[in-house]
Amino acid sequence: MMTLTSSKDTGRQEPGPSGDAGSPGPAGRRRPRGRTKASGGTRGQGLVAHIFLLPWMIGMVGVTAGPLVASLVLAFTDYDLLSTPQFIGLDNFVRMAGDERFWAAVRVTLVYVLVSVPLQLGFALFLAVVLDKGLRGLSLYRSAFYLPSLLGGSVAIAILWRQIFGENGLVNHVLGWFGIELGSWLQDPSLALSTLVVLNVWTFGSPMVIFLAGLRQIPEELYEASMIDGAGRVRRFWSITIPLLTPIIFLNLILQMISAFQAFTQAHVVSGGSGGPLDSTLFYTLYIYQRGFVNFDMGYASAMAWVLLLVIAAATAANFIVSRRWVYYGDE
Amino acid sequence: MAASPTTSVPRQVTRHVVLVVFVLLMIYPLLWMVVSSFKPSNLILSQTGLFPSEITLENYADGWDALGSPFSLFLGNSLLIGVGSVLGNLFSCSLTAYALARLNFRMGKVYLALTLMTIMLPFHVLVIPQYILFADLGWINTYIPLLLPKFLATDAVFIFLMVQFIRSLPRELDQAAMIDGAGPFRIFWSVILPLMQPALITTTIFTFIWTWNDYFGPLLYLTRTELYTVPVALKSLVDTETQSGIGTMFAMSLLSLVPIVLFFIFAQRYIIKGIATTGIK
Repeated sequence: MMTLTSSKDTGRQEPGPSGDAGSPGPAGRRRPRGRTKASGGTRGQGLVAHIFLLPWMIGMVGVTAGPLVASLVLAFTDYDLLSTPQFIGLDNFVRMAGDERFWAAVRVTLVYVLVSVPLQLGFALFLAVVLDKGLRGLSLYRSAFYLPSLLGGSVAIAILWRQIFGENGLVNHVLGWFGIELGSWLQDPSLALSTLVVLNVWTFGSPMVIFLAGLRQIPEELYEASMIDGAGRVRRFWSITIPLLTPIIFLNLILQMISAFQAFTQAHVVSGGSGGPLDSTLFYTLYIYQRGFVNFDMGYASAMAWVLLLVIAAATAANFIVSRRWVYYGDE
Repeated sequence: MAASPTTSVPRQVTRHVVLVVFVLLMIYPLLWMVVSSFKPSNLILSQTGLFPSEITLENYADGWDALGSPFSLFLGNSLLIGVGSVLGNLFSCSLTAYALARLNFRMGKVYLALTLMTIMLPFHVLVIPQYILFADLGWINTYIPLLLPKFLATDAVFIFLMVQFIRSLPRELDQAAMIDGAGPFRIFWSVILPLMQPALITTTIFTFIWTWNDYFGPLLYLTRTELYTVPVALKSLVDTETQSGIGTMFAMSLLSLVPIVLFFIFAQRYIIKGIATTGIK
């Protein structure tokens, strides 16, 4: 490859003063070459790389970045898909502040995230620890626990859930043995959300698999050394397993939190698209959907979507900041 | 946690008992659904056990034709979109990943960072302008809005997965091929792609399962019954619940899960590895 050698040569000549300070263009362009190692010519592969990246670039501009900017613009407009968008400044956000259903959606989503994610991770961690090391049939158990994670997002399981928590469903049957009589969980505003929380907890298998992979990274010597020092089972768990696993706990927390904020399918199917009863399962994304694609209130829906983006970004950033206090990254 | 030498036999037994009870508790609803799909609808809710007093295939026969078109149509539509999405992701993500992992060019790191950032982006921020764009192009009630993005490398998780994988391959292979006179396209096609097989399999599995389960996309873009994928077809069964009955809903729901369970049985190794390395669900 010609470019390979030529760039290497110029790279070698260049570290000295680039001389032509008067023309920043070429000098600026040449500088990165000096950085690249002998392995490749910067400019030569740039062209090839962009040919490889052609689909990605079209997608990035047309399907991702373009729409991202467009929805930000739409957030400041009134747009019903038929007439031209009207710029209305901050009106959508002002409306949001006074919109009771918006606040219902915020409440429902926050409760869902704050309750279901810790419960789900708790189960995942507990079972990962029980399954770790020295247990026969590990892979069998792991598969059984993981299966719900693959199925949990489907409409089929949402349909099953509607029946299980219905008036004569499995759950009420079992509660009946203990003399507890409840009506349909899905009709009761104080219970409906909990069925969706249970559904999310039910899919603890995927964070569990990640925990299992993390547990395998903990050196056995640490446990042996601590046993020689007389540390018991509980002590070892809290002083070795948990601290060394904190990076994985953190990773799982971020992943599951982001996905819980965006939950949609299950709420849509279980509540029949309404988010009811009494907006008790009106997930944030479900309300965006209703506003945008049922009422064709596209400007308002875009504004809501951007609020969601900012909330997720802020929650993630907050987690990263707090993580410095509790996540352990090797010897420091 | 427990190092094996000290774990006593009774302790092992208790652990197994607890685990088995837990597994049963989790899987019971699924088993009950399987059994119920073979029971007459009026018996489903009154019988909570796993041994039906009466067995019938009626639910499957009724459900198959409940929506005017045979259910095979919806299964076929879903299969078409699933296979198309897999091809799209394999094509576009592997090209992208190779360029980002192996080629030296100035914007490489920036592009990779951009790609990683899009993983975090909530779908809902993009979907409204996308819908407006696709509607303008007259693509509502076509599969283009569901398939085209897959050919444009928009599933960044798989790019990430493949970049990680390519980086783990020794660079000497590329260099040897280069000395033999192979250009980047040749190296990609004959050296990297064959070695990437595990990453490609993981991508195939997850792309298929996700698109098979995808509900939001088809809900937005498909309004004509004959174009429905399985999830939206199931939802319309629910909407006509009173006529169709629980039995038929269960029967068709189970059919919809069969491909996923098959993947689960035959490709578990890749699934488990995929989650453990990238954190995908």
